[in-house]
Amino acid sequence: MTEFTPIIGLIGGSIIGLSAVVLLLFKGRVAGISGILNGVFTTDGKELGWRLLFLLGIVLGPFIAQLFGSYLPSNIELSWTTIIIGAFLVGFGTNLAGGCTSGHGICGVGRFSLRSISATVVFMSIAMVTVFLSSYLRGSIG
Amino acid sequence: MKLIVALVSGLLFGMGLTIAQMVDPNKVLNFLDVTGNWDPSLLFVMAAAFSVFSLFYWLLIKNRSVSLTGVPISIGRITVVNKPLIFGAAIFGLGWGLTGVCPGPAVANISAGEPKMLVFVVVMILGMKTSEWVKTRILS
Repeated sequence: MTEFTPIIGLIGGSIIGLSAVVLLLFKGRVAGISGILNGVFTTDGKELGWRLLFLLGIVLGPFIAQLFGSYLPSNIELSWTTIIIGAFLVGFGTNLAGGCTSGHGICGVGRFSLRSISATVVFMSIAMVTVFLSSYLRGSIG
Repeated sequence: MKLIVALVSGLLFGMGLTIAQMVDPNKVLNFLDVTGNWDPSLLFVMAAAFSVFSLFYWLLIKNRSVSLTGVPISIGRITVVNKPLIFGAAIFGLGWGLTGVCPGPAVANISAGEPKMLVFVVVMILGMKTSEWVKTRILS
């Protein structure tokens, strides 16, 4: 169970939206985390600097959030098997689809891109079905 | 300047994710659990992020061809809804539904040093590289 937190959701979400505005308006690049991360590990070494600094910012951002009383979770309850299978699927799928929750879900949908809207509808619905099925299976086994 | 912009944008992103608590997989899983203990918070995060981005995009960015620092604005030029997009999104949805973790929160969690999240980031990158390999060897 987690508590419904609409206010911090709206504040945090606005900051995320602003982040994407800053990157596109000043640097001309879409704030798509999967693409930026993947781009760091390509061999051509093009556009490496800004990608690394953007990712460094994401890693350090939680420390600023601490000043406002928000923290990273201290322990992750997921099993190792779930982590490894899930992480592989997230990496594979976002690369094949050319974007994740940020690139398609926020920036793409914000531009009313049909491609991004389609991707977002698909990954949202499949994720909901997956949660439904896995809680159903856990219920019937456990 | 361009590098500072990237750092500031990243800082805002990591900060926003943490304030919104989207760095907590349970929070995301409870959003996806529509028929169970539904926590609609993520909907508010997405709605706010979408509104802010969309407003500035249509007002300030849409008609520009170069950014304020003179770099050409680069937005995906592919517009077709094709099989890699749909299959990729479905595979991502499966992984997201299993874990409640997507790429942004995975990176944002690095400093907490939780081994499971660190392994998540490494395996996720392996997944991306596997997809690149499949795209060049099989799909093209």
